[in-house]
Amino acid sequence: MMQAFISAQGLVKHYGNTLALDNVSFEVYQNEILGFIGPDGAGKSTLFEILTTLLIPDAGEASINGMDIHKDYGKIRASIGFMPGKFSLYQDLTVQENLSFFANIFGSSIEENYHLIKGIYELLKPFANRKAGALSGGMKQKLALCCALIHKPLALFLDEPTTGVDAVSRTEFWDNLMQIRDSGIPIVVSTPYMDEATRCDRVAMIHNGRIMKLDTPDNIIKGYDGKLLSITCKDRQKPKALLQNEAAITSLYSFGDALHISLNNTDASTLKLISSKLEQGMDSPYQIKEVFPIFEDCFLQLMGQMKK
Amino acid sequence: MSDVIIQASNLSRRFGNFVAVDNITFEVRSGEIFGFLGANGAGKTTAMRILCGLLAPSSGSATVCGYDVATQSEQVKLNIGYMSQRFSLFDDLSVWDNISFYAGIYKMSRAQIKDAGNTMLDKLELSKYKNRLVGSLPLGWKQKLAFAIAIIHKPQLVFLDEPTGGVDPITRRAFWDMLYAAAIEGITIFVTTHYLDEAEYCDRISIMVNGKIGALGTPLELKEQFKVLSIYDVILALARGEEA
Repeated sequence: MMQAFISAQGLVKHYGNTLALDNVSFEVYQNEILGFIGPDGAGKSTLFEILTTLLIPDAGEASINGMDIHKDYGKIRASIGFMPGKFSLYQDLTVQENLSFFANIFGSSIEENYHLIKGIYELLKPFANRKAGALSGGMKQKLALCCALIHKPLALFLDEPTTGVDAVSRTEFWDNLMQIRDSGIPIVVSTPYMDEATRCDRVAMIHNGRIMKLDTPDNIIKGYDGKLLSITCKDRQKPKALLQNEAAITSLYSFGDALHISLNNTDASTLKLISSKLEQGMDSPYQIKEVFPIFEDCFLQLMGQMKK
Repeated sequence: MSDVIIQASNLSRRFGNFVAVDNITFEVRSGEIFGFLGANGAGKTTAMRILCGLLAPSSGSATVCGYDVATQSEQVKLNIGYMSQRFSLFDDLSVWDNISFYAGIYKMSRAQIKDAGNTMLDKLELSKYKNRLVGSLPLGWKQKLAFAIAIIHKPQLVFLDEPTGGVDPITRRAFWDMLYAAAIEGITIFVTTHYLDEAEYCDRISIMVNGKIGALGTPLELKEQFKVLSIYDVILALARGEEA
């Protein structure tokens, strides 16, 4: 078995009476992107702050490449890259100045590790002399990633790095993350985007401070419980209203141009019932078909189960 | 139906040599949910600031709710609502103080504020939390509160700047249910988003590319126009400079 690069065992953290982390354990291997997903307030940011030694846990242990978060916090800080959820660069320094500042305080230089950030920084170059505070949301995120990478960290911690980033840039951003991982830097990342969760090697779903599930995206999708139907029609509220009280239906969610209906059984009589309801109630054309779940279906299902 | 609530005509805005908004012409119809899409830096925020009466256009003109954005910006501001993801509410004020602050800005009387504020809190099931600091509320609640406050003065039109950024899939769907409900009540919704499933929830969308409007239509029309299956592919085609 390969040795874990990052290891967390039994992490607990309270804020007053609120239990933010409840006995969290996991491991991250060298060539891996581990993604954390979960609702706001689930404990993701607390976890990032503990792993990056900015916050001391009430109980539990964690280490990064053998360095202990309690004893070796100085060494950890010098050797990891962290991109916090809140924009934390200097707003009144330019793009270029922020980058050289972060390279310098880690005893490195832009030239030394430029290859690591090249793909992202090329996009920022036209704005090199603009103050960081005047960048658009997506540009800020790209700059923050560059600043976290410029000292060639041993591991990268990214707390919602793509919030506010447009769809095409997000794809590019993740292409970059894959390259960074392949260069031997493990990545721990949180995201509210389910398409990004599927690009992680493994995903941990966190809720009320606990890891409820930790597996590869493929296995999570394979574990989807029940069958899924997709309805496309002009007015998506209509089938929702028609079907919401059906016993066999466990959930109804809008999915872009479609409505996804999760069923706990697909025997002939159930399907017949659903199609006759639609047949009677729909006043415009619609299509219905069985579809394979995508990751977001699984997230919605697991979240729904946790609430019960 | 289909009264025009936003009319932009050859609208441009330059910052020095940089053309942020480049001669855009489009209209938004009263009552629709209009998605305003585009890459980071494409000019969305600048265009939106002009339409909100916060920034004067360099050339061209626009009317919002019947008022000229350049010469009647104060009337524009009184007739619209605005919600941004990050800066809408004051974390260190209570729920009620946030409500009365914003309602006060919109020149509502104390009696009106009391009335509308309480109705709103009942509807959101937040009455119990009236005196809680907004900073201590979960993001999903904050977001609903921010939206309800943005429309407390019953504007004809509300601008939402990435209202669901960083929000999980369940909370996003709940938020869109609120938008639908507001649209049914007749409020026109002008929304920016980077979630492309949300683009599909809009009646019509426009996609800005380098300061221009690259495409505009219903989500279905755009997919047909570019002969692709998803809005992502429409955006990709536009980013690569392909013509429909």
